[in-house]
Amino acid sequence: MAHKTINIKLKVWRQKDAKSKGSFETYELKNISVDSSFLEMLDVLNEKLVSENKEPIAYDHDCREGICGMCSLFINGRAHGPDDLITTCQLHMRKFSDGETIVIEPWRVGSFPVIKDLMVDRTAYEKIMQAGGFVSVSTGGVPDANAIPIPKEDADEAMDAAACIGCGACVATCKNSSAMLFVAAKVSQLALLPQGKVEASRRAKNMIAKMDELGFGNCSNTGACEMECPKGISLAHIARLNREFLTANIKS
Amino acid sequence: MTKLDSKVPKGKLKDKWSNYKAHQNLVNPANKRKIDVIVVGTGLAGGAAAASLAEMGFKVKAFCYQDSPRRAHSIAAQGGINAAKNYPNDGDTIYRLFYDTIKGGDYRSREANVYRLAEVSNAIIDQAVAQGVPFAREYSGYLDNRSFGGALVSRTFYARGQTGQQLLLGAYSALSRQIGLGNVEMHNRTELMDIVIVDGKARGIVTRNLITGEIKSHFGHAVVLATGGYGNVFYLSTNAMGSNGSAVWKAYKKGAFFANPAFVQIHPTCIPRHGEFQSKLTLMSESLRNDGRIWVPKKKEDAEAIRAGKMRPEDIPDEDRDFYLERRYPAFGNLVPRDVASRAAKERTDNGFGIEKNESGEGVYLDFKYAIERLGKDVIEARYGNLFQMYEKITDENPYETPMRIYPTIHYTMGGLWVDYELQSTIPGLFVTGEANFSDHGANRLGASALMQGLADGYFVLPYTIQNYLAYEITNPRKNPAELEEFKKAEEDVKSQINRLMSVKGNKSADYYHRELGKILWDKVGMARNDKGLKEAIEEIKALRKEFWENVHIPGNTDTVNPELEKANRVADFLELGELMAYDALNRNESCGGHFREEYATEEGEAMRRDDEYMYVAAWEYKGDDKEPELHKEPLEYEEIEVKTRNYKTA
Repeated sequence: MAHKTINIKLKVWRQKDAKSKGSFETYELKNISVDSSFLEMLDVLNEKLVSENKEPIAYDHDCREGICGMCSLFINGRAHGPDDLITTCQLHMRKFSDGETIVIEPWRVGSFPVIKDLMVDRTAYEKIMQAGGFVSVSTGGVPDANAIPIPKEDADEAMDAAACIGCGACVATCKNSSAMLFVAAKVSQLALLPQGKVEASRRAKNMIAKMDELGFGNCSNTGACEMECPKGISLAHIARLNREFLTANIKS
Repeated sequence: MTKLDSKVPKGKLKDKWSNYKAHQNLVNPANKRKIDVIVVGTGLAGGAAAASLAEMGFKVKAFCYQDSPRRAHSIAAQGGINAAKNYPNDGDTIYRLFYDTIKGGDYRSREANVYRLAEVSNAIIDQAVAQGVPFAREYSGYLDNRSFGGALVSRTFYARGQTGQQLLLGAYSALSRQIGLGNVEMHNRTELMDIVIVDGKARGIVTRNLITGEIKSHFGHAVVLATGGYGNVFYLSTNAMGSNGSAVWKAYKKGAFFANPAFVQIHPTCIPRHGEFQSKLTLMSESLRNDGRIWVPKKKEDAEAIRAGKMRPEDIPDEDRDFYLERRYPAFGNLVPRDVASRAAKERTDNGFGIEKNESGEGVYLDFKYAIERLGKDVIEARYGNLFQMYEKITDENPYETPMRIYPTIHYTMGGLWVDYELQSTIPGLFVTGEANFSDHGANRLGASALMQGLADGYFVLPYTIQNYLAYEITNPRKNPAELEEFKKAEEDVKSQINRLMSVKGNKSADYYHRELGKILWDKVGMARNDKGLKEAIEEIKALRKEFWENVHIPGNTDTVNPELEKANRVADFLELGELMAYDALNRNESCGGHFREEYATEEGEAMRRDDEYMYVAAWEYKGDDKEPELHKEPLEYEEIEVKTRNYKTA
């Protein structure tokens, strides 16, 4: 069966390395199957560039099923492109029309410097996690898993928060480049569960301090992050983070 | 006389692990600080091991090719993790989990390792809950379970359809804590290029920084490979794009034996391929078989009409649907193990009952209509909502209204580096955990057991067994690799291989060769294999490899981000590994688990094992680039289990 195909024009951000100045380059692609994913379309372009002895476009991607959080493209002005509740790798070409011009940029965030082309350095997220994104429990010596019943509603809400894939779309979307939704997802997940409750305030304080130190902006509650989060992480978690943060400050 | 010593402890099966721990050597706290352990790969097996070893006091250096340990492909596991908790009171025991795993693996795994796996399974659930992993719960507040293939009990714990993600994030949080404390030196975006042997022992690795291209040596008193499986050798698989077999392959070429490379798992429920540009295939969790029913049209003319786009699956009445798994395997029905379900799908489509509207004519249906009628849409959405959403994004079809289209694809590799009871390879000081080793799943892995094995190895097995080796290392001081000839030589070898690749300057991309290799393997070393095809595959792979080295094209430079170079390095190794798989499949003149040789099938089309001749682990030794590998056999002895023909037709 013949698949439906489209012709497209791409404006892609090219940047040699962190120090160089980047610019847009334009490419044209013909006969792209609408059933292919966005990244498969980029594969086609890259294979073409390789065959022309040009350097292919560098971009991050890995699992290609929306869970690893590696892919991070800003497409036509939206983090992860023109669809809801998806990552870039889950975006399909059927969302674009024949003859369309597609603009592809990296996350534009000071705390995530560009490495090359569309790849950015998200080490800042690692540092925030290392500052407190855990329950301080070592392997072994823990009670039976059913020793502490946890209300289903709490477990479900913790799971909603824990679904964060750490892609950075929230920061890329926020006009202040705030990492509040990312931090809130972890703080809220653990604060909702008895295991994480013990360190909840300390965790909030340490993670927020690290976030500030790394140059992420403040949250001004516009909710843009929530709109673009591929996993639909709710703004309500930021409220919980603020509660924990306040408690920490009152205590100290 | 075999060179293989499995080091299985003496005594009764159920006492072996306790006895081992009671008598093994340990390293005292003051000495742990002086010991460096290298861990390559930060998925469940590597992340858990790195965190646990660091908590104990060892100095750990961990490596991953992604930009964060949180992105390892363990994260994509959907359905769940097994444990013998018996919370639902349905008759589960450690013995039953052990028995199901041995049987599921078609009696080709090592009894003592599998028993230990079942034994530590419960502690994994306790650990994960303590870390804050939000497993699904009942309204009572207690943990919920569901069923997976190959079992008659509900022993699978889950976190929606994202169990791997949640367990990995648990291990990642423990690892992050240790990185923050300075006990783990973490190297992201770094790829292993070679393993360094000094005086017969693994002493470190050489890596390439994927951003700067820097080639660097790292010293360790021991090296742990937790680098996952090699399923991407087939090009199309459910693995991540970067998943590769290079670490285990480098180890093999340095003397570690490679066990059962032909044992590959083909998962029955993946979204079928759509076209030539396809880059990967997406799995639909086995958990869906709890409530979905698999079928194809009973009448060939209906299948033809569907393939021609003249008929919809909803148009076919129940009596004209062939629920072939329920028909062939009444006791287990849609929940037969993966190898059985995959072969049954192939049997139907080979006979003309496939449903895809493309040249392949492959594909079968996974239908939720019946479950929605029985339980309501809300219940199905709560159970599988995220999987349904994922399916819809890819196919543009709504699985609440029309059955999912699925077909088997490469998912997991049971084969891997040979390890003994201590998870040590044939190279002293080189340990292998998780999917990268061969030990626990025999010829077929049961669903929800990969997460169990990765975490068992990482949290509860390796951190003990490695000390039995490290206890003898406390008198060896930390070394500077720059002062050791072996490291200098390894760095030079790595650089010369990269230069060789860059200087080919041919006219085809690494992906081209990868796709060609994948086609050969899928056709001839895939779901069904035969003597003639395997011999052809070996010759075709040799020829393709030769062409690769004469004609691959890598643009760009070596001292910067260069994804084409990364791919070429990995494909160069796959082009050798694929050949070893074909050798192994050719050697094993029987059918067992995922390894199906057409010459060895029963009249009903079931796998025909030949225990008299092949009840062994095939461990291959590298003998040189142009030489055939040498086969070593580890005989498998079952003391506690009566070896039977697998039967999923009756209980």
